[in-house]
Amino acid sequence: MAANKELVLKMYEEMLKIRLFEEATIDVYQKGLMPGLAHPYLGEEAIAVGACTALENDDFITSTHRGHGHLMAKGGDMKKMMAEIMGKKTGYCKGKGGSMHIADVSLGILGANGIVGAGLPIAVGSALSSKRKNNNKVTACFFGDGASNQGTFHEALNMASIWKLPVVFVCENNQYGYSTAISKHIAIENISDRAISYGFPGITVDGNDVEEVYEAVKVAVERARKGEGPTLIECKSYRWTGHSVGDPGTAYRTREEVTENKAKCPIIKYGKKLVENGLATEENLNNIKSSVQEMVKEAVEYAIASPLPDENEIYQDLYV
Amino acid sequence: MRKIRYVDALIEALREEMIRDEDIFIIGEDIGPFGGAFKTTLGLYEQFGSERIIDTPISESGIIGTAVGAAATGCRPIAELMFGDFVTVAMDPIVNQAAKMRYMFGGKLKLPLVIKTNYGSGRSAAAQHSQSLYGWFTNVPGLKVVLPSTPYDAKGLLKTAIRDDNPVLFFEHKLLYTVTGEVPEEEYTIPFGVADIKRAGRDVTIVATGYMVTKSLQAAEELAKEGIDAEVIDPRTLVPLDKATIIQSVKKTGRLVIVDEGHKTGGITGELAAIVVEEAFDYLDAPVQRLGSLDVPVPFSPSLEKIFAPSEKDIIAAVKKIC
Repeated sequence: MAANKELVLKMYEEMLKIRLFEEATIDVYQKGLMPGLAHPYLGEEAIAVGACTALENDDFITSTHRGHGHLMAKGGDMKKMMAEIMGKKTGYCKGKGGSMHIADVSLGILGANGIVGAGLPIAVGSALSSKRKNNNKVTACFFGDGASNQGTFHEALNMASIWKLPVVFVCENNQYGYSTAISKHIAIENISDRAISYGFPGITVDGNDVEEVYEAVKVAVERARKGEGPTLIECKSYRWTGHSVGDPGTAYRTREEVTENKAKCPIIKYGKKLVENGLATEENLNNIKSSVQEMVKEAVEYAIASPLPDENEIYQDLYV
Repeated sequence: MRKIRYVDALIEALREEMIRDEDIFIIGEDIGPFGGAFKTTLGLYEQFGSERIIDTPISESGIIGTAVGAAATGCRPIAELMFGDFVTVAMDPIVNQAAKMRYMFGGKLKLPLVIKTNYGSGRSAAAQHSQSLYGWFTNVPGLKVVLPSTPYDAKGLLKTAIRDDNPVLFFEHKLLYTVTGEVPEEEYTIPFGVADIKRAGRDVTIVATGYMVTKSLQAAEELAKEGIDAEVIDPRTLVPLDKATIIQSVKKTGRLVIVDEGHKTGGITGELAAIVVEEAFDYLDAPVQRLGSLDVPVPFSPSLEKIFAPSEKDIIAAVKKIC
């Protein structure tokens, strides 16, 4: 891993893209340019990037309400994403879905999802498709600590296991389900322990360490491709913001706790590591930052300049 | 023409379509070697094997969610729910996922998915295994709702459902499974959104759904003896709905009775009546009559269950009230 300079710099850049995109998302919300809400992925960038880097382009993912990071890491187009978030005709869903429903099947993105836990059986379905079609594709299923308490988690993990499906369950443990701390909704230390009851491996990794996530998902993907079945990977991280752009996230946790966790920033941490290991210079990283800043700026400008959908589009795309 | 049972017509449709298209598979509980709780997949496992007739754990939400994911990625799954009442356990994947994915993704994908299940009272199966809940899904844009009333319709409509690129809910009445009817040997399909005039008549229009078509036809024969000539229309698909055939009939007869096994309150009889009142009010010579199941859970005891759903006698009385 450490030797592959191109790959590590790419992962750094991808994390930064998510970070700056999400900051821009919050900014457009605050400026009143976004209808509705969005759920920022700030602080969890290493999970999406580590996991998606371990996938091939034609592998599938299912995502969540906090989906911008997954979509971007799987190759989503920043302009179309920002346009969708602003409800524009040029967005991924022609303005019909918004932040929580971005999908691009051509990139293997089977959709962000507004229902917590709903993506798990859908991931089982796409993995079943791959097994039936024998096309060697793997599905990575992203979901949160909160979703691991839904019935669909149990049903999906069980079904994936009995049929030995090529799916990797990536649990993003960001410590909160909206305002509810994990200590109040899960009685065990590691969510990954739940895998044992379905008969497949479960591991917990540092979700703020992009290489650790990448390595774990890579092993799970290989296992899935060999027909050995699913893996549950719990990535422990922290949700820097409130639940959504409309939630300051201060009513149910202390500022100290947030500050303490922000100090574990996956991007700063990774940048430092790259410099220390001689894989990048400060200048390299600054150049990446400038180009990403430009990209995000262009995406926001594109979205702002784009038209809203026409009223006559309301009945379009309901049925084939 | 040969006569076969409703259930065999359904199995024949499944078999023919599965031979035609490798992407089709069936997924559900006890549908493999066992052949289904109502024997609706009997013999298919032996022919197509465990890769295409997939037995599942008891996980209705997981079954439908899995089918949604498979449909989104190039398969054409048919998900069977053992009882129509179990849709309640799978409402999220049906209502929030299957019905909405295409629209909310801006037309990015198609979901060729059939959810096949049964409905109806009359078997002393009590409140959780007898309901007629199909009406709910007519209130969720993005789904299609099919209710075959004869073996002929069952086969032709199921083939159309399987070939449709949208999520289709296919409801079979449990009391119809063993009913026989004419089904041609040769290939045919029945388009959605085309009602069938099961009996032509000039005095009153009876719009009936599913098993209520059988009851209405029996009632019509009795009424004929008394000189009342009833026209019985079977919409066959509730979504899409063939309004034109119903309205044309009402324009001819001036009288309308609607018979459905769903609960009367908030059910589809109200919707059908409203359509006719909106679009053909001037042609009505009498108040529209609606017959639905009583607004109670389906009772267990035969003495109670027999008065739960509309009967032939109820239909005759409703017709006579306005003729």
